[in-house]
Amino acid sequence: MSFVTPEIAWAPLAPVIIVLGAAAIGILIESFVRTPATRRIVLLTLSVVSLVAAAAVAAVQWATLDGAGTIVLDGMMTVDRQALAWQIVILVFGALGALLFAARTRAGEEAFTPLGSVAPGTAEETLARRKGFQVTEVFPLALFAVGGMMLFTSVTDLIFLFVALEVFSLPLYILVALARRRRFLSHEGALKYFLLGAFSSALFLFGAALLYGATGDTNFVRVSEGIATVTGLDPLILSGAVLVMSGLLFKLGAVPFHSWTPDAYQGAPTPVTAFMAAATKAAATAALLRVSYEALHGLAWELSWLIWTVAILSMLLGTVVALVQTELKRMLAYSSIAHAGFILVALAGFPADALSALPFYLLSYGLATLGAFAVITQVRERGEDGTVLGEATRLGQWAGLGHRSPWLAGAMALFLLSFAGIPLTAGFVGKFVAFSAAMSEGAWPLVLVAVIASAAAAFFYVRLIVLMFLTDVPEGQEDAVEVDHSPLARAVVAITVIGVVLLGIVPGPVLSLFENAGVLLLGAAG
Amino acid sequence: MLDLTWLLIAVPLASSLVLLLAGTRANPWGHWLGVIASGSTFVVGLGAFIQMLGLDAEERSHAVHLFSWIPGGELNLDAGLLVDPLSLTFVLLVSFVGTLIHVYSVAYMEHDPNRRIFFAYLNLFVAAMLLLVLADSFLLLFVGWEGVGLASYLLIGFWNQKPEYATAAKKAFVVNRVGDIGLIIAMGLMFASFGAVDFATVFAAAPEASTATLTATGLMLLLAATGKSAQFPLQSWLGDAMAGPTPVSALIHAATMVTAGVYLIVRSAPIFEGAPAAQTVVAAVGAFTLILGALIGLAKDDIKKALAASTMSQIGYMMLAAGLGPVGYAFAIFHLVTHGFFKAGMFLGAGSVMHGMQDQVDMRRFGALRTAMVTTWITFGLGWLAILGVPPFSGFWSKDKIIEAAFVGEGAQPWILGGAALIGAGLTAFYMSRLFFMTFHGKARWTDDQHPHESPALMTVPMIILAVGSAFLGLFLALGDRFSHWLEPVTGHVEHHEPVLPIPVIMTATLLLVALGVWGAWRKYGAADVPTTAPTASLATVAARNDMFQDSVNRGVFERPGTHLTRTLVYADAAVVDGAVDKQAEAWSRTGEVVRRAQNGQVRSYALTMLVGLVIVIFVVVQGVSKPCSRS
Repeated sequence: MSFVTPEIAWAPLAPVIIVLGAAAIGILIESFVRTPATRRIVLLTLSVVSLVAAAAVAAVQWATLDGAGTIVLDGMMTVDRQALAWQIVILVFGALGALLFAARTRAGEEAFTPLGSVAPGTAEETLARRKGFQVTEVFPLALFAVGGMMLFTSVTDLIFLFVALEVFSLPLYILVALARRRRFLSHEGALKYFLLGAFSSALFLFGAALLYGATGDTNFVRVSEGIATVTGLDPLILSGAVLVMSGLLFKLGAVPFHSWTPDAYQGAPTPVTAFMAAATKAAATAALLRVSYEALHGLAWELSWLIWTVAILSMLLGTVVALVQTELKRMLAYSSIAHAGFILVALAGFPADALSALPFYLLSYGLATLGAFAVITQVRERGEDGTVLGEATRLGQWAGLGHRSPWLAGAMALFLLSFAGIPLTAGFVGKFVAFSAAMSEGAWPLVLVAVIASAAAAFFYVRLIVLMFLTDVPEGQEDAVEVDHSPLARAVVAITVIGVVLLGIVPGPVLSLFENAGVLLLGAAG
Repeated sequence: MLDLTWLLIAVPLASSLVLLLAGTRANPWGHWLGVIASGSTFVVGLGAFIQMLGLDAEERSHAVHLFSWIPGGELNLDAGLLVDPLSLTFVLLVSFVGTLIHVYSVAYMEHDPNRRIFFAYLNLFVAAMLLLVLADSFLLLFVGWEGVGLASYLLIGFWNQKPEYATAAKKAFVVNRVGDIGLIIAMGLMFASFGAVDFATVFAAAPEASTATLTATGLMLLLAATGKSAQFPLQSWLGDAMAGPTPVSALIHAATMVTAGVYLIVRSAPIFEGAPAAQTVVAAVGAFTLILGALIGLAKDDIKKALAASTMSQIGYMMLAAGLGPVGYAFAIFHLVTHGFFKAGMFLGAGSVMHGMQDQVDMRRFGALRTAMVTTWITFGLGWLAILGVPPFSGFWSKDKIIEAAFVGEGAQPWILGGAALIGAGLTAFYMSRLFFMTFHGKARWTDDQHPHESPALMTVPMIILAVGSAFLGLFLALGDRFSHWLEPVTGHVEHHEPVLPIPVIMTATLLLVALGVWGAWRKYGAADVPTTAPTASLATVAARNDMFQDSVNRGVFERPGTHLTRTLVYADAAVVDGAVDKQAEAWSRTGEVVRRAQNGQVRSYALTMLVGLVIVIFVVVQGVSKPCSRS
C-alpha cells in the first residue's frame, strides 16, 4: 500500500494559514513573554495585523481569481468568490472583536478573569487579581476560532466540515467561560454551550454518517450526485440531510436549537459575546448556504419544510420572548434568534439571490451587533464608594442614558434601529435584499410572517430607545450608573456606526461586490 | 454649475455636522461658518441659474444622478436631483433669504451661549429644504420634508428651558406628522398604481390613470400640504411655533418651509390635472384659510402671532392659486417669492422691535416707535405696503393676479373664490395696518424700563435688502411677464382667460377695499388712543383671539377620543397582549419546570428541547414530503 501525497495549492489557503499561523505564534508568545502588559500589546498587535493581512490577501485573491474559483486539497475545499466574501466578512468581525478584547476600563480592568483555572471567590483568585495576572490566551484562542470559521465557509466535504466546526467551537467554549465578573454565570453558560454543542455535533456527525451510508461519499458534489440517482423518498437521505442541517442550525441559533443562546450570550464576557454573535452567525450561514446549494440541492423542496418551520418558529419565539426580557444581553440574544429566522427566510426554496443577499445581511447584522455590545461594555454600575463595577445590563439602568452620554446612546439607538430594519440603516437594506430573495422563490407567506415579526420586534428595540432618551434617571439613581470611556471600545463603536450608516445610505457598491460573490464553483444552483 | 447642485445640499449639511461635533470650540467662529455655508449655496444657485438662462426653454430641466440607493429588484431606488426653473426658483429664494437671515442672526443671537448650535440647526434646515425642492422623486422629497420638520422642531424648541416653548415644538411636530401620513399614503398609492415614486415615471403615467386613483392621491398630497403649510384643518401649530427665535419665524415659518405645501401641489400638477375634484378642494381649502387667517390676524395683540396669522392667510392665497390649475400655478409661485421677501422682512422688523424693547411682543405696549427706530420703521413700512397690494410694490403684482385668476371660471365657483380673495384683501389691509399703526404710530405706551433703540447694522442691512426686494422685486419680475415665462417649462403655457368681471373693475374694487381697510385701521389705532389692556370684546373677537377655538376643536374631535382610544388600547394591551405574553412566558417556564423535574437538570431540558424539536421537524418534513400529489 502506497501513500500518495496530495497536491496542495498553497496560495488559495494563504489567508487561513496566516490566521492559524498567527494563532500558533501567539501561543509561543504566551510562553515566552513574561510581563502581562507587554504580552497584551504584542498579542493585540499580532492579532490585528494578521487578521488585516489575511483580509488583504483574500481581497487580492478576489481580484485575481481565475474563473469561478479553485479546488483545493483534492476537493476537500473550494476557494471561490462566495468563500472569499465570507472570509473577509469574518476577518472584519475578528479584527473588531480583537480590539474589543483588548479594551479596558479607565481603572485598567479588562473583561476577562485574571486566572481561568481557579474557582471563583477563592483566595487564589484574589491573589491572581492582586498580582495583575491576565489571561492573554484569549487572543490566540480568538485567532483559532477565526481560522476555523474561515475553513467552515469554504469546506466541501462533510468530514472536513465537522473538523472545521470543532476548530472554531472549542476556543469559543473556553472564551465564554472567562468572564471577570459573575463567573458562575459565565461557567454555567460555557458548560451549557459546550454540552449542547457536543450534542449538536453528534447530531451532525450522525447525519453525515447516514448520508455517507446512502451515497457512499462525504464530498458535497458526490453526495449531491448520489442524491440525484435516488428516486422517491429515501428515509436514510432525508434523515441524514435533516440531521446535518440541524447541526448547522444549532450554530446559527435557530429554534429549536437555540436554547444555549441566552445563557451563553449573558454569561460570556461581553467582547466574546460580540465576536461570537457576529462571526459565528456569519460562519454558520456560510456553511448552511454551501451545504444547501452544493450537497443537498436535490432536496430543495423537501428541506423547504424544515426551513419554513424553523424560520417561523425562530422569528416568533425570538420576538415574543425578547419582548418580556429585562436583561439587555438576553434581550439581544433573543433578538439574534429572531434574526436567525430572518436569515432562514432568505434561504427558503434555495433561491440563487440568497448567495449575494445573505453576505450583505450578515455584514450589516454583524456590524450592528459588534457595535451594540461594544456600547454595553461601556455602561457600568457604580458602587457606593464610586468604584466602577460590572456592566449595567438591567434595562432599567439604561434610563436617561441619552442625557448622560448622548453620543453613546445615539450610537446604540442607531444599532437598534438597524436591527429593527428602519430605512437609512444597514439593517433595512439587509432585510430588503434578504426578503427579496425569498420573494423570488415565491415564498411570500414566509416573507409576510417575517415582516410582521420585524414590526413586532421594532417594539422592544424602540422601547430601549425611549428608555434612553425620553425617560428621566430615577430618583436617587443618578450615581448608580457610570459611562466608562475606553478608547478601544469607542473606536469599535465609531467604526461600526460608520459602517451601519454607509451601508444604509450607499449600499450600492457593497451590494454589487456581493453580487459577484453569488456564484459557487461547484453549485448545482445559481 | 448644474452638475454641482449636489453641493447645495452637501455644503450646509457638512457645516451643520461640523458645528454639532465641534462643541464649544466652535463658539468663536461657528456662526460665520454657518453664514459662509449658507452664502455658498446662493453662489452655486446663482451659477446654476445663469447657466440655465443660457439654455433654451425646452432644455431647462436637468437631472443630476447622485447614486443608486437600492439597485435591482422590483423597486429600483435612485437618489437624484431635478434642476428646473421651479426648483431653481426655490433654491434662489431659500439660499438668498436664508443667507440674509443667517447674517441677521449673528447679531440677534449674540448673547445666546448656544449660538453655534442655533447655526448648526439653521444649516441643517437649509440643507433639508434644498433637498426637498431639488429631489427628483417623492421619496427623496419626503426625506427633505422630514428634515425640515426636524429642523423646525429643533428650532421652535431652541429655548426649550421654557416648558411652553417645548410644548409648542412638540405640537408642531405632532400636527406635522398627521400631514406626513398623507404623503406616505400618497406614495403608497403611486407605487401601487404606477410602480414607482419618481417624478418622471409618475407624471408620465398619470394621464392614463383612473380619476379615482388620482383624486385619492391628490387629496392625500393636499393633506400633507395642509400640515406643512399650516392650512385648514392643520393650521393650529403655526401660532405656537412663534415660540422659536424670531429669525427662525422669518426663515422657516414665513418665507420657506411653510410654503413647501404649495411647492408640493404645483410640482404634482400632472396628478391634479386628472383630478378636478381634488383641485377644487385645494382651492376651497386655500380660500377658507385665507379668510380664517385674516380673521385671526384681526384680533391678535402679539406682533409675531399676528404676523403668523397673516402668513397663514397669504399661503391661503397661494393654495387658492395652485388649486385653480395651470392658470394659477405661476401666480402661486410668484406670490410665494414676493411673500418670501416682504414677510421675512417684516418678521426681521418685528425681531428688531423686540430687540429694542426687551423682547416685548404685545403691540399694546408699543406705539410711536417710528422716531426711535427709523430704519426698522421704513423697512417695515415697505413690507406693509407690499402685503397690502399697493401699486407699484411687490405684493400688488402677485396678489392682484391671484384675485383676477380666482374670478376665472364658470358657475358659482369664480364668484365664491374671487369674492373670498377680494374680501381677504380688505381684511389684510385692516389687520396689517392695525399692526403697523399700533407699533410705529400713535402715542408711546412703553413700560417704564424700556428704552427703544435701533438695532446694529448686522440686523438692519438684511432688513434693508429685503425691503428693497419688497418694493421692487414684484415689478421687476412682472414686467413683460418675465416670471411666468421663466416657469413655463414646468407649469406649461396658458392661454389668457377672461375673468367673469372686467379686470379694471376687479382691480378698482380691490384697491378700494384696501383703502377702506387702511382708513379704518388709522381711525381706530393710528389717530385714536389704544388701551394697554385688551378691551372686553364680542364673541367673534374672542373666537379670533383664541385661534377660532381650533385647539378646543382639536381637543374635542381628536385628542379626547384619541386619549380614550389609547387608554383602551393600553388597557387591552396590558390585559390581552401582556396577559398573553405573560401567560406564554409562564407556560414556557412551567413547561421548563415540568421538564426540569423530570430531567433533574436544566442543560438536559435544553437538550430535550432540541431532541423534541428535531423529532417534530423530521415529522414535519416527512409528513410534508409524503403528500404524493403536492410534489412540485
